[in-house]
Amino acid sequence: MIKKIVLGMFTLMVLAMTYSTPVVAADNLIRIDGSSTVYPITEAVAEEFQKAKRGEVKVTVGISGTGGGFKKFCRGETDISDASRPILKKEMDICKEAGIKYVELPVAFDAITVVINPKNNWIKSMSAEELKKMWEPAAQGKVMKWSDVNPRWPNHKLSMFGPGADSGTFDYFTGAINGKEKASRGDFTASEDDNVLVQGVAHDKYAIGYFGLAYYVENKDKLKAVPIVNKGATKSVLPSLKTVMDGTYQPLARPIFIYVAEKALAKPEVKEFVTFYLRHAQKLVKAVGYVPLSKAHYDQAMKNFNSKKLGTGFGGKNEVGVRVEELLKRESHL
Amino acid sequence: MKDLKKLIRYNKLWNYLFMIIGLLATMLGLILLCALMVDLAVDGAPRLSYKFLTSFPSRFPEEAGILSAWVGSFLLLLVTALAAIPLGIAAGIYLEEYGKKNWLTDIIEINIVNLAGVPSIVYGLLALGLFVYFLKFGESILTGGLTLALLILPMVIMATREAIRAIPNLIREASYALGATKWQTVQWHIIPYSTGGILTGIIIGLSRAIGETAPIITVGALTFIAFLPTSPISMDFPFVSFKWLMDPFTIMPIQMFNWVSRPQKEFQLNAAAAGIILMVMTLLMNGLAIYIRYRFRKKIKW
Repeated sequence: MIKKIVLGMFTLMVLAMTYSTPVVAADNLIRIDGSSTVYPITEAVAEEFQKAKRGEVKVTVGISGTGGGFKKFCRGETDISDASRPILKKEMDICKEAGIKYVELPVAFDAITVVINPKNNWIKSMSAEELKKMWEPAAQGKVMKWSDVNPRWPNHKLSMFGPGADSGTFDYFTGAINGKEKASRGDFTASEDDNVLVQGVAHDKYAIGYFGLAYYVENKDKLKAVPIVNKGATKSVLPSLKTVMDGTYQPLARPIFIYVAEKALAKPEVKEFVTFYLRHAQKLVKAVGYVPLSKAHYDQAMKNFNSKKLGTGFGGKNEVGVRVEELLKRESHL
Repeated sequence: MKDLKKLIRYNKLWNYLFMIIGLLATMLGLILLCALMVDLAVDGAPRLSYKFLTSFPSRFPEEAGILSAWVGSFLLLLVTALAAIPLGIAAGIYLEEYGKKNWLTDIIEINIVNLAGVPSIVYGLLALGLFVYFLKFGESILTGGLTLALLILPMVIMATREAIRAIPNLIREASYALGATKWQTVQWHIIPYSTGGILTGIIIGLSRAIGETAPIITVGALTFIAFLPTSPISMDFPFVSFKWLMDPFTIMPIQMFNWVSRPQKEFQLNAAAAGIILMVMTLLMNGLAIYIRYRFRKKIKW
């Protein structure tokens, strides 16, 4: 009985492999790796692209993380690298040494949402300073109650939820709010699984947490998003498709990227894939729960791509609050 | 007399107490397993269908399937088995039958026992250096399979040794008495009699390998892959192709992990459904191990 099942599975597999794969040359393969934040977008594009090409081109997408992706990219193992932050100086140097040049293309926005329990009735908005007071390393063991942040808030224990230190969201939040990446208090409930954070905040009236906008959108009925007042601003802004796109939701929104190797552009299928990516991004990005760039941004990105504008506009530093239209026009460095 | 009765009662009480504790310990494991399975089944069962098994991953949860994942897992196990079984059995036989008891075999023994306890991610790092960079196998099925083979090799060796040790010395002596060489004894007696135990060990090793994620991610398994490896059977001469060994792949636990980390609830259901399949695969393999052990035990009498 068991033998038969195993044998059956094996036969089925061999048959599936024999009949379902059209014969393709090995060089019709586009290798993509990198950030798991960018992954859903690239997956959607890859899926549509393979459909459009009727399987003539194979696309593979991995999730080694932004850093892991760049490592492979700079060794020439991948054609495209997904990145939830711009390439760093260290990585630029490694790429340069290996002779790898690249085009940097923003493909969408990633927005972080600060969320509270729907029963929370004392928060109407929060300023970046208040968030800093709550999350900075110095707050550890000191800021334990809501009233420690703002005396008008209840004198009740503050329970905090956030992503773990391996997450790009953690890096960006700490950079944007605390002023230094990875600088954060450590005494909060951390989880790499954002669904755990959603559950945590949804079940505790005195909880606060942060994670990607997509998770908030999926759980709108259980959570409340906090409007954020940026440093120096007077008005609070609620995260939404509109406010992220027009650049008013700051500092917690950032562009995310793909990096295309110059060498790979010699392959017509890679060029075609990237063109397909930029052309269909607006629709597909929205479909997977992210915030797309505006059409003008994608047009400009397409122009940069077609003119092979090599290098990064960041110069190896991770900036907070950068505007996409400005970034696309910046002089770039390798 | 009275003291003696008291003592007996006391000891009986302890006996009884331990039985309760043991029963609770057993039940706890069982109940947790059942709860997990029921939870998975409730979430995932509605998603199980022929289509789920024969579709590639997709951004639409209801269209996504695990074809590339289970084919990848299956091929990986095939490579693992082909690499680990001959190596493991040969090493086990050598250590038990041929190896002289000296400091060298002692060191090898200690190392094997230690290797069995090394965290799997360490094997991933080792394999990344050895197979991917040094031997240039790339991020292929071959690399993944060999990595898992390294991981289960100590288990196979230990299972082999234990199975061989269970064979009474009388059998060996009888064989030598009839003029058989060592290899003839191993070939005609030791291997056949220990097959049951060895197979059980191998299958349990493989069913551990099927759930491993960390080392496979380290050596570079992909997540989105909407095509299958090259078929091992081709229409043209020489009809058999080994190109699939070098193809990129994904495996079931990675596909599950990716779905779990998606915000959409429907993807969680997909992950649960994939979990059911993975669990069934593991249970089938363990069942097979138990069945084989039973068959061979029945055949052998001494």
